[in-house]
Amino acid sequence: MLLATAGPLDPATRSFLSPTGVEVVFLLVGLAVLGSAVITVTTKQLVHAALWLVVSLGGLAIEFLLLTAEFIAWVQVLIYLGSVVVLVLFGLMLTKAPIGRSPDADSGNRWVALGVALAAAGTLVTLVVDAFRTSWVDLGAGGGSTKVTGESLFRHWVLPFEALSVLLLAALVGAIVLSRTRDKRLPRPRAGKLRAGKPVGSNGPAARVTASTTPPQES
Amino acid sequence: MHLVYPAVLAALLFSVGVYGVLARRNVVLVLMSVELMLNAVNLNLVAFDAWLRDSLHAGQALTLFTITVAAAEIGLGLAIVLLVFRTSGTADIDRLTALGDPNEDTAEPETAGASENKAAAV
Amino acid sequence: MNLALPALVPALPALGAAAIFATGRRAPGFARPLAVLPVAASAVLALVVALQLGTDQSLDAATRLTPTGGPDILLAIHLDGFSSLISLLVGLVATCVQIYSTAYLKDDPRYPSYAALVSLFTAAMFLVVYSGDLIVLLVGWEIMGICSYFLIGHHWETADARSASLKAFLVTKLGDVPFLFGIFLLGADAGTFRISGVLQAAAEGRLGHPTLIALLLLAGVAGKSAQFPLHTWLPDAMAGPTPVSALIHAATMVAAGIYLVARLLPVFLLSGAALLVLSVMAAVTMVGSALCALAQDDLKRVLAYSTVGQLGYMAGALASGDRDAAVFHLVSHGAFKALLFLTAGVVIHAAHTNSISAMSRMPGLRGRVPDAYWTMGIALVALVGLPPFAGFFSKEAVLTAAEHAATGEALTNGLGPASAVPSAAGWIVLVSGALTALLTAAYATRLWLVAFHSPAGAAAPVTDQANGHAAGAPYSPEIDEADPAQAEPHAMRWPLWVLAVPTMGLGVAGLRPEWLPSLLDGGSLRPSTGTAVVGTGLALAGVLIAYAAWRSATARAAAPGRVPGQAGPPAVEAIPAAEPAVTPVADPGRTLLGPLFGPAQQGFHVDRLYTVLFVRPTTAAAQLVRFLDREVVETYVRGAGNGATLLGWLVRRAQNGNAQTYVSALLAGVVLLAVLVAVGS
Repeated sequence: MLLATAGPLDPATRSFLSPTGVEVVFLLVGLAVLGSAVITVTTKQLVHAALWLVVSLGGLAIEFLLLTAEFIAWVQVLIYLGSVVVLVLFGLMLTKAPIGRSPDADSGNRWVALGVALAAAGTLVTLVVDAFRTSWVDLGAGGGSTKVTGESLFRHWVLPFEALSVLLLAALVGAIVLSRTRDKRLPRPRAGKLRAGKPVGSNGPAARVTASTTPPQES
Repeated sequence: MHLVYPAVLAALLFSVGVYGVLARRNVVLVLMSVELMLNAVNLNLVAFDAWLRDSLHAGQALTLFTITVAAAEIGLGLAIVLLVFRTSGTADIDRLTALGDPNEDTAEPETAGASENKAAAV
Repeated sequence: MNLALPALVPALPALGAAAIFATGRRAPGFARPLAVLPVAASAVLALVVALQLGTDQSLDAATRLTPTGGPDILLAIHLDGFSSLISLLVGLVATCVQIYSTAYLKDDPRYPSYAALVSLFTAAMFLVVYSGDLIVLLVGWEIMGICSYFLIGHHWETADARSASLKAFLVTKLGDVPFLFGIFLLGADAGTFRISGVLQAAAEGRLGHPTLIALLLLAGVAGKSAQFPLHTWLPDAMAGPTPVSALIHAATMVAAGIYLVARLLPVFLLSGAALLVLSVMAAVTMVGSALCALAQDDLKRVLAYSTVGQLGYMAGALASGDRDAAVFHLVSHGAFKALLFLTAGVVIHAAHTNSISAMSRMPGLRGRVPDAYWTMGIALVALVGLPPFAGFFSKEAVLTAAEHAATGEALTNGLGPASAVPSAAGWIVLVSGALTALLTAAYATRLWLVAFHSPAGAAAPVTDQANGHAAGAPYSPEIDEADPAQAEPHAMRWPLWVLAVPTMGLGVAGLRPEWLPSLLDGGSLRPSTGTAVVGTGLALAGVLIAYAAWRSATARAAAPGRVPGQAGPPAVEAIPAAEPAVTPVADPGRTLLGPLFGPAQQGFHVDRLYTVLFVRPTTAAAQLVRFLDREVVETYVRGAGNGATLLGWLVRRAQNGNAQTYVSALLAGVVLLAVLVAVGS
């Protein structure tokens, strides 16, 4: 029933060698998205990573537009570019991330990570290409307009929508609870000690006791 | 439009996110990589919604939900990161090994065998 | 007669031993009376039993001990002249030894256990002597073996004593295993373990394998009586206290083997081959041990080799078919050898050394222990076999028996036909016996001269005893019981004279047929003229040769140093100065033996041969087993443990607390699963 309006599955009519204009644009923007994403996960400058994330997510918004989902594209711009990236930048600042190149931005797990990522990419691309080689999307305009989306959202998805609001509330409360400084006993990090500290867990209970009994030097 | 283009792009984006999650040291950057993975999923949802054109627009609705959940997630995640940073003074994920075996430099099996021998000799 | 009396003879020392074991730790004061009185009472009872039994009679009594399904095991008593005689000997020697030990081991903290073991040993010997059943005899035989093990190892603080006790135990057990099989075979052939039944079967010719039985029994006898292939334990057994050497290794235990062959002689007479083997064994033992004795420096080892040789005489008499002569020599030897050991104990006690060359450097030893000096002289003369001492008559009896056997008319005294003894056996025994007489005289003279009559000892006055033992003498394991400056207590002196009486007078008992021979089989023990002249002449020749060799050796030793005639205090002062250097002791043995001296001193390397033949393969096998156990079997065990440890180490390494590695592994697994599913479908 749901598949009643699916596009035709005729393989012979469309060839990969004669792409349409939309496809060309999609590919170009997709390359930009992919490139900025790669820069995001590899750059040594932490703030630059956040900014390259903006490029990547913005490019994705364009891809959403090309796929006729215009409402989602604006939501993407609003939420991701507007709030999430700002939050991330705040996080970077609050954790006193260094400005400029930090040579130890990647952990020692990098080569394992690269292997796993390449394997995952190979597997996924192989499977996806194999499965959807002949599928064709008929992009009818207005398929994702605000009107259509709102109608389906408030007609069919009202209950999940309301549940999601509760979820957001809970997340709000949780974030407040977590980031509130409960009492003064927690030692505040000192600027000079940022990366020189020992790994957590390697200092024994004695060190923890001294840390907790020492009154904070500032305030 | 061929469905392969957005699907492959989503797969590659997801893999890049995986790499970021596994390779980055700063927790905030790990969270950013998670955002990349989520967006890859979003791209898939939108593309398949456009392909299937079901009457409920499940793909687009779920994309909205995902974005919302992602926003909540990044908020909560950053709160946790802040808390951890305040507690332990670092935001490096490979230094947060409190869950691990405290004796990182465990004895080699050879020396364990040797001590066994000593015990047997006694 | 009352059977309780002979039953009490072995029982009393055993009860005494049990009492000492029970009270020795808490009330050590009771140990002395408990040690002496039961043994003395047993000796008196043995005398009473012998007197009641009279001559030319035997008494057999038995009660069934346990039904076995096969031949029954009987608690049997067999009394005759042999058992009377030997029980008297055992009682006398054991009593003397116990009395002597009260003084000799006065301050030994382990005296109670020592006394108890000696008592138990005496009881076991009585049991062997009185037993009429082979299995019961074997019980006494083995108890003697274990007591001997403990007593030799009395000074277990010294490595010598430990290894000597182990060696004695193992070597005698090596003989006891074939002995056990011999008894089984004998019992199976005769249908009974009773000795009288066995002898009856032998007389009726019902024994199927007499040669095999005799050879198997001979193995046990060789072990117990220290005959040639298994004799090596006896010289080493001198690591035990001297009274133990006197009791066990001179008079009683080593005599048990001879006694057993004497009792079972009719069985041996059935097999000429066994008698020939016995004669060869005896001949090798006699000559070899006499040569060894000539080269020994340790006083007790000289006596031990002498014991081995005299036991060879007894075995030779048995090989000649004359058990009267064997038992006669056993008794007289038991007396004079016990005396020799006890005097040796006194001398060692006074000199604080076992070495006769060290004694020779000691001034005034002769005057220090006059009792021991004279009684040892008597005993040595008896050992040499000069008339009219006991040793002369008993040795001549042996030689006479051998002569008769050589001429084909063996003195079997009605136990079997005279032709049962091969004349070759008689010749072997006769020749080796004559040679041994010469050698015995030589080593006895050497011992006597070197120990007491060296120039230093003769020249020195009786004074100045205190530093007598300060020289670099070999260590003696005996504990310093008494101040060497004081004379020996009476308990150590009068047993010597008690034993000197039979040493001097016992030989006469064999002259008249109605005296000693009537107790035994009735054969003549009178020495024949020919062997008497030859034997005495050889003995005298040995004495003279040894004396001449000693004179020349003394002259040589004294020539570069001091003037032999120089007497008085200057010599005394010169001796300690000369002692740090290797003082040339005038040893006639070195002169007499020549190139044989070195091997003879080492017992002709029989021990080394055994080491190569038996000890090393056993050690190698033990090392192989150890290797297999440690390296092969344990490798599996250790491998299992190490495998688990390694696995745990790996798992532990995975738990490093770094979330990124966890996620990496998780995702890699997911990818792997996806690939597997994709490829598989």
